[in-house]
Amino acid sequence: MRCIKCRKPAAVEVRRHHSAFCPEHFIEFFDNQVRRAIHEEKMFTHDDRILVAVSGGKDSLALWDVLLRFGYQATGLHINLGIPGYSDLSQEKTEAFARERGAELLIVDLEADYGVTVEDFKRGSERTPCSACGLSKRYIFNKVALEQGFDVVATGHNLDDEAATLLGNLIHWQEGYLVRQGPVLPAGYPNLVKKVKPLFRLAEREVAAYAVLRGIDYVLDECPNAVGARSLLYKEALNLIEQHSPGAKQSLYLGFLQKGRRLIAAADERPQLVECERCGMPTTSEVCSFCRLMERVKIRLRRARPEPVAQPASD
Amino acid sequence: MKVILRYPRRQELEFHGPRRVRDILKELNINPEAVLVIRGDSLVTGDTVVDENDVIEIRPVMSGGQTDALH
Repeated sequence: MRCIKCRKPAAVEVRRHHSAFCPEHFIEFFDNQVRRAIHEEKMFTHDDRILVAVSGGKDSLALWDVLLRFGYQATGLHINLGIPGYSDLSQEKTEAFARERGAELLIVDLEADYGVTVEDFKRGSERTPCSACGLSKRYIFNKVALEQGFDVVATGHNLDDEAATLLGNLIHWQEGYLVRQGPVLPAGYPNLVKKVKPLFRLAEREVAAYAVLRGIDYVLDECPNAVGARSLLYKEALNLIEQHSPGAKQSLYLGFLQKGRRLIAAADERPQLVECERCGMPTTSEVCSFCRLMERVKIRLRRARPEPVAQPASD
Repeated sequence: MKVILRYPRRQELEFHGPRRVRDILKELNINPEAVLVIRGDSLVTGDTVVDENDVIEIRPVMSGGQTDALH
């Protein structure tokens, strides 16, 4: 197989575009898809301060890499989730990436800063670990962006992530999620920072190929909590369809953005956002989901670990 | 040839060469959409012929997490 641009041996086949590329022209293809996403969706400009959510995996590091190459003001934010055998390695890879490129990196440690880890969510919440983890990450990214004056939060969600989320939202007919699913979530009152997904036009395989070709050292292992996650089932199902019908994922998701969302929007009833009475972050109820999660987890942790009996003073 | 698999656990398999990458994936029942195949420090396409003495890595590209909400 040869590169469609220069006829050198191909490194990556992109069946949905009836194409194959050598390393150099694959990077060019990748760059063009990211540029198109940023410009067509009006995600940000070179004047904006961008907070990049960085886990240490291929998607977020690839995103940070391409934004830095394009000359954007892109600061990383990594959250250490306290997952044994996984979180510390993720932080190390993220820090090494930032060091090599001289990029600014912020770190939040869930245990040190909030007194819990994702392990505690498993014991102290009805939510699945992925759900509690996702909620915490969204909350912290928004809070840090707000407090430190970033214009926009960028995440590494790719076409497969978005198509799998869409499939899940369709299977359960989550109208509220469907109408707002998209590559840009606009800023809103109160205290909601704009969120963007510049890799939404690129398949997961293409993002991984970019990471390998750029020599990015990312965490290869899957998060231990994601084993058996519904998202992986949806991705496998979509990949099976893609294998026999190249372009299916793109058609599902980009078609949804162009046509489907408009139809569902007619039935949209926007929830009224108010400020959480405890932390001031945006919510649809008096106390936000994150504060309620923290409260539940901490109550259960206290029950599981009774306070030690007070010892009499020694002097 | 040696074939290194990473998912669901690390495994090393022996195949006799020369073989095409896409035939190896087919025999292992692996969807080519879900993996990259790496020889040395290069990515290779499905039609690449792998020789007896080569080592290839089949690297999964999928990562999971939450799907049922906005993110």
